[in-house]
Amino acid sequence: MSLIMLSSPHAHGGDSIRMMMFTVILALLPASLFSVYLFGWLSVLIIVTCMLTALLTEAACLKLMQRPLSALLDNSAALTGLFLALTLPATTPWWMAVVGSIFAIVLGKQVYGGLGHNIFNPALSARVILLISFPLNMTTWIIPMSIHMGAVTPTVNLYDFSQCLTLFFGGVNALPAVIAQGLDAISMASPLGQVKTQATLGVPVGQALAAYHYNVLDAFLGFEAGSIGETSALALLIGGIFLLARHSITWHIPFAYLGTVALLSAIFSSIAPDQFTPPMFHLFAGGLMLCAFFMATDPVSSPVTPNGQIVFGIGCGIITWSIRSFGGYPEGAMFSVLLMNCAVPLIDHYFRPRVYGHAKEKGDS
Amino acid sequence: MTGLLYALASLGAFALVAGLILAIAQKAFHIEGDPMVDKIDALLPQTQCGQCGYPGCKPYATAVAAGEEEVNHCVPGGERTMLQIADLMGVEPKTVEQEAAAPRLAFVREDECIGCTLCIKACPVDAIIGAPKQYHTIIADHCTGCELCVEPCPVDCIDMVTKPELLEHWSWPLPDTKRSQLAHERREQHAGHV
Amino acid sequence: MPAMFRNIAQRLGMMAHSFPGGVHPDQHKLTGASPIEVCELAPVHILPMKQHIGAPCSPLVTVGDKVLRGQKIAKSEGYVSVPVHAPTSGTVVKIEEHPIAHPSGMGMASIFIETDGDDAVDQTLEPITDWQNTDPAVLRERARMCGLAGLGGAVFPTFIKLVRDKRFPIETVILNGVECEPYLTSDHRLMAEYADEILTGLHMIRHMVGASSSLIAIEDNKPEAIAAMREALANAGDLDNVRVVVLPTRYPQGGEKQLIYSLTGLEIPAGKLPMHIGIVCQNVATTKALHDAILLGKPLSERVVTLSGDALPDPANLLVRIGTPVRRLFARQGLDDFIGLQIVHGGPMMGERLKGPDIPVVKSTNGLLALGSDAMSAAHTVEQPCIRCGHCSEACPVSLVPNLLADQCRSDQFEKAEDYQLFDCIECGCCSYVCPSNIPLVHYFRYGKGQIALGRREQAFAEASRTRSESRDARIEREKAEKAARRSRVRKTHPPKADANQSSPPAKAADATANSGATADSTPEEKQ
Repeated sequence: MSLIMLSSPHAHGGDSIRMMMFTVILALLPASLFSVYLFGWLSVLIIVTCMLTALLTEAACLKLMQRPLSALLDNSAALTGLFLALTLPATTPWWMAVVGSIFAIVLGKQVYGGLGHNIFNPALSARVILLISFPLNMTTWIIPMSIHMGAVTPTVNLYDFSQCLTLFFGGVNALPAVIAQGLDAISMASPLGQVKTQATLGVPVGQALAAYHYNVLDAFLGFEAGSIGETSALALLIGGIFLLARHSITWHIPFAYLGTVALLSAIFSSIAPDQFTPPMFHLFAGGLMLCAFFMATDPVSSPVTPNGQIVFGIGCGIITWSIRSFGGYPEGAMFSVLLMNCAVPLIDHYFRPRVYGHAKEKGDS
Repeated sequence: MTGLLYALASLGAFALVAGLILAIAQKAFHIEGDPMVDKIDALLPQTQCGQCGYPGCKPYATAVAAGEEEVNHCVPGGERTMLQIADLMGVEPKTVEQEAAAPRLAFVREDECIGCTLCIKACPVDAIIGAPKQYHTIIADHCTGCELCVEPCPVDCIDMVTKPELLEHWSWPLPDTKRSQLAHERREQHAGHV
Repeated sequence: MPAMFRNIAQRLGMMAHSFPGGVHPDQHKLTGASPIEVCELAPVHILPMKQHIGAPCSPLVTVGDKVLRGQKIAKSEGYVSVPVHAPTSGTVVKIEEHPIAHPSGMGMASIFIETDGDDAVDQTLEPITDWQNTDPAVLRERARMCGLAGLGGAVFPTFIKLVRDKRFPIETVILNGVECEPYLTSDHRLMAEYADEILTGLHMIRHMVGASSSLIAIEDNKPEAIAAMREALANAGDLDNVRVVVLPTRYPQGGEKQLIYSLTGLEIPAGKLPMHIGIVCQNVATTKALHDAILLGKPLSERVVTLSGDALPDPANLLVRIGTPVRRLFARQGLDDFIGLQIVHGGPMMGERLKGPDIPVVKSTNGLLALGSDAMSAAHTVEQPCIRCGHCSEACPVSLVPNLLADQCRSDQFEKAEDYQLFDCIECGCCSYVCPSNIPLVHYFRYGKGQIALGRREQAFAEASRTRSESRDARIEREKAEKAARRSRVRKTHPPKADANQSSPPAKAADATANSGATADSTPEEKQ
């Protein structure tokens, strides 16, 4: 450092990539812990497998690209693994978690040049690859254990480590027949899936939800079928507020995203309540909360300017609501984020803030 | 069969309409391009040194524009100029044969000058002042460092000196970080191989 | 959108104006309570020929000359320039290049004055005691003659700002006592100890520019200075239109553009000066120097310098003669060994890192810091990839998008960088300060600006060369045509003689063609 040219400033605020990523992991803690409460050891196994695989894949990639392995310490690979894990259903087999994590790191991130260069959110792209490749596994949900345990089937116990281990590594067929049947009995559709299937049959929204015993409070707290980390809007909200308080994210994307979904669903469900689901249903259903606070705000694949972030959030909201209301898939949150990811360079270019001393219209045409 | 005909007819009609629009657009928004010679000339460093084998920058630009000459003969312009011309002409870049030397200036050792005015006649940018039987001086601010005055001087009193570095003209180099070096190397590679 | 809410809130008076972005670096104001000490004279003072923004000066003295304190020793060349004065009495011992506080480490022609110890003062400049009734133009000339330049660090010649222009009537004078850089306390102490002088200086400025109101801006981390300025105001009594405005501490509030926005909500349009929106902004130290120049007839030959830094045993605020070697000042405060330390000229956010302590104090030296390697390496650690977190955009006080700009500069896409308003960057360092990837953003911007400037210079030079070359070709062409015309005239008037002399004129013509080279021949083709 003796005679190398160094420009000012000669002071630094102390932020680092490692701390930023760690903050996000910390913010996901409530959702992760709640998933363990709901889905027991299955959840632990999925999270650990995904994170480990992601780290190992990252290490292999760094080795191949002849980059220092110290980059592993930036926590970004671990975070990608955790993200992916939280979007998977509880019954995901081990190989799918492994394949998904490898996809996320290799195709989602490293082929673009590593950290900071990927266009798409790595965890979400892996999740979409899995969903398209293994649609059945990725849409099989089980009733959250802790509430219905015993009531439906006494044979399945997700807090039993050996049972979960067998299910995770051996699949349903490796389980004793009784347990496999029990498992079958507790599988059910997610609220979004229920509404979508019923809608194709022409059943009005209200009836479909009533038949499903849908309850807004349960959905908010997370006692419903869904991916392990997506069920509880409350846990995710706590994490999101933590991120906002720590200044890891700004309010723009989540606010614009959730606001748009809420607004659109409020308008349309008041016009045609039989066809469109109400805002509260939308907000607490599926992966919306996770996407709004964690996936869409992923710094690498979201716009950098505040105005751009608002546009990005609105775009995500419109696409999510449209796919949910009109599309073939019951859930559109992850597709919306990925689609908007493509538009980020364009958004960054056109929604730059007005520079000091320049007239408003001078931005760019 | 009729389905096929409908498809063909509608697509054909669509193509026709699109073609018409394109044709009208081409007429309506036709841009009178600048003559290529001037564009190339603007990229050349205007040293008028003749190292390209032409008597000046403009003649070289004329030859390149006419496609009679390769794009890689401008020595002072170096690789950057070559790439810019190649880009403008839409041709494959070529390697530059000669490395561009550091910018230099001609300097007359005045006590040896005999005042023959030969260098004045040789200077392509009129950067030498003097009269017959008077010392000649080179205006440093105008000298392009083309060296054309060195050869004609009968008493060899013209030196080429390195251009002095000015504090006001100093500029920050790229930061000395691995990442910027990498970017720089990649750029060089890119420039060399395209 | 948030800007819109803020705007509405400000219009309704619910919220003070506040410039966008900014950071809150650790203050480290170690010397906030240390009174200004007068520093002893150095045996030799070194005066670089350019200590301001603008054209360098040329020496008026030669080796062996005796000079007095305050004597003009170098005259300004050009409009944007101010002269240099001797800081004490003594003898000019040499005039040669000496390192200055410049990142290149290059030197600048400097006058070396050996101190004789008498400190005899040059009395040629009369104090102007009746300045209230003096023509502003006279006062303005005095400010120029006394070598005043902005002592906040930018060193823009002061007299240029102190002008009455009918097209741009000045309404407000802003005194900048913000001093937002960490460590620095020179302005703070100056306000605490010389409040009355500063206030008088402010009145002089008001008189000179004809302003009706004034604001004294101080950040809330300097209660002593605020109290002193308020007391001075109360004692003066007759001032309704002067207000001390206490601003919440935030960097870079001391920047002219940011300060004006904080106080008035006005922006200076790009490429314009504060005077174009009716504002004059002066640093408090400059104002004190203006007071001394007018009321005491003292040219600028000393200034307050904060010596500080985590590696300095005895931080202090010193009243230092300009030209004092920096090594001597550090030695005075107990620092002799510079191994492993970094010396910074100015504050840590915008100051220049010096290659060594062998430079003199100049007009822009508001602080000198000795930083330990820990602080330095934390600021200049390994650059990691940008994760596009947007913290730099948030921190940027002029609303640029630093991470995109840095990418463009790094990959030499200068046109794009200009389109993204690279030249509006004020190099305040907020972006680099907050960057979690430790990207030296400001360094990239400086590289980009330098390369663009270089390109423009080359372009201008090529353009000039082309013009010269073309006019030369035209001249040769014209001469040839004239010669031909003359020949044909000669042939017409003396037809018989022509045969006899045929051999000589064509030979001459051929000679001329050979001399001017093929350039002349190719001219007709080019025109097509």
